[in-house]
Amino acid sequence: MTMEISLRRRVVNVLMLSLSGLCTVLAVSVLFFILGYLLVHGVRSLSFAFFTHLPKPSGETGGGMANAIVGSGKVLLLAVLIGVPLGFLAGVFLAEYSNKAFASLIRYTVDLLNGVPSIVIGIVGYALVVLPMKHFSALAGGVALGIMMIPIAVRTTEEFLRSVPNSLREGAMALGATKAKTIFTVVVPAAISGLISGMMLNLARVAGETAPLLFTALGNMFWSKGWLQPIATLPVMIYNYALAPQEDLHQQAWAAGFVLLTLVLVINITARLIIARGPSSSRR
Amino acid sequence: MTTPEQPIVKERAPARASDSDTNTLPSTSKLNAKNINFFYGSFQALHDISMDIQSNKITSFIGPSGCGKSTFLRTMNRMNEALRNTRVEGDLLLDGENLLGMDVTYVRRRVGMVFQKSNPFPKSIFDNVAYGLRVNGITKKSIVEESVEKSLTRAALWTEVKDKLHKPASALSGGQQQRLCIARALAVEPEVLLLDEPCSALDPIATLKIEELLFQIKDMTTIVIVTHNMQQAARLADYTGFFLLGKLIEFDDTRKIFQNPNKKETEDYVTGRFG
Repeated sequence: MTMEISLRRRVVNVLMLSLSGLCTVLAVSVLFFILGYLLVHGVRSLSFAFFTHLPKPSGETGGGMANAIVGSGKVLLLAVLIGVPLGFLAGVFLAEYSNKAFASLIRYTVDLLNGVPSIVIGIVGYALVVLPMKHFSALAGGVALGIMMIPIAVRTTEEFLRSVPNSLREGAMALGATKAKTIFTVVVPAAISGLISGMMLNLARVAGETAPLLFTALGNMFWSKGWLQPIATLPVMIYNYALAPQEDLHQQAWAAGFVLLTLVLVINITARLIIARGPSSSRR
Repeated sequence: MTTPEQPIVKERAPARASDSDTNTLPSTSKLNAKNINFFYGSFQALHDISMDIQSNKITSFIGPSGCGKSTFLRTMNRMNEALRNTRVEGDLLLDGENLLGMDVTYVRRRVGMVFQKSNPFPKSIFDNVAYGLRVNGITKKSIVEESVEKSLTRAALWTEVKDKLHKPASALSGGQQQRLCIARALAVEPEVLLLDEPCSALDPIATLKIEELLFQIKDMTTIVIVTHNMQQAARLADYTGFFLLGKLIEFDDTRKIFQNPNKKETEDYVTGRFG
């Protein structure tokens, strides 16, 4: 009787172990499948011209996405300039000033914002910037991506500031520092490596967003004439080219996908390295 | 959280003339607490504490954990205000002026504090000591450099760190870090220095160094130290206060407290018969 039960248990145990192990392998292999597929297709279509030339019409050889690479850079720069200061200062308020009840309300609201579908954020950008200015623009794209960065910026700031020991705050205040001085000269510097890497991960997260840009930055086959004009970005280029019927455009889309993914991975890995180097206390 | 500004209480009554040399404190009082009550929420942590802290003397507070000695110490530079839901009642006179009504950053510049656990900022040794000067608006390089050297010398740390001033403070040993924190506190030239069990995490040699330096700086600042180490109180302090359950049981000359206390509770505690 007891033998039977233990046999059954052992069989179930082995079964569950292999099942969960298999699922782990599947989950991890998705990333490597994507990486490998992009590598094969992307590198084949990648050329020096891809980084230096404007797109050419389908059928002509050569041509690249220089405008989209620069465009993505410009839109992401705007997003950082909008999302990071806003989210950072809100995070400072949440961690250092707010009382408990109010903080949990803010936190809940921010989490809700994080859950808003990116296409809705795109429509918000459209309503806030495109409609009043009567123009698709880099600015509108930056606003949309900036809004997308806010929730994570708030929460990472809050988390890293909370991890700074209170004894440092007391030490600074005991020397006659005001609360604001304490925060900006002791608490934030103590958390700076975490804050920087958190913001970089945040940037990497929105770098590939497509939907918010469709309604805002729109796209452009040429160099954008400034911040208030429609602008090409890598994700939107991929979207447009992948939907087109021509095979040569598909190849360009693969190349763009590869470049975008490399960019995101580089930001990600750099951010992790900064965290691994530890708190700034270990450096000068 | 602060009590509204109290009318400045008129000059302290002159010290009671008395021929007993142990029971009367000289009239050079630096800090003067009058009926201090302190509350964490509805819990009363201090009951009617009144005492005179003498200028340029070392005053120690002893008592079992949770007796209120640290709370009282933190009331004297208003560190407790950073905690939510706390309330203080009574008067706390610094040179005759109620510090509970002063600007809090001004109070903390005059009444410095060193904590139980050393808390160097994640900055260089130099920047740690210079911090207090800089936040108080002193940024001229020559003045800051001079003050950093002077403070580190007073804290008996200069010779050990003078060649690595720009190394991170975290690279120092525990005892050195605590002396750095003392140097940092001294740099703003506080009139009173509060120390909350500054040696509890240090070995006897590091402790001795800190005790020596406290003796050294006694002539320029008034020192109040909370300690669990009764030998330390006996060695260091001119005056000792014994706290129990939020009350100041006895406050007198250190020798009197340790050799011939008036209260039975004090005697039980200092002789180790407590509890």
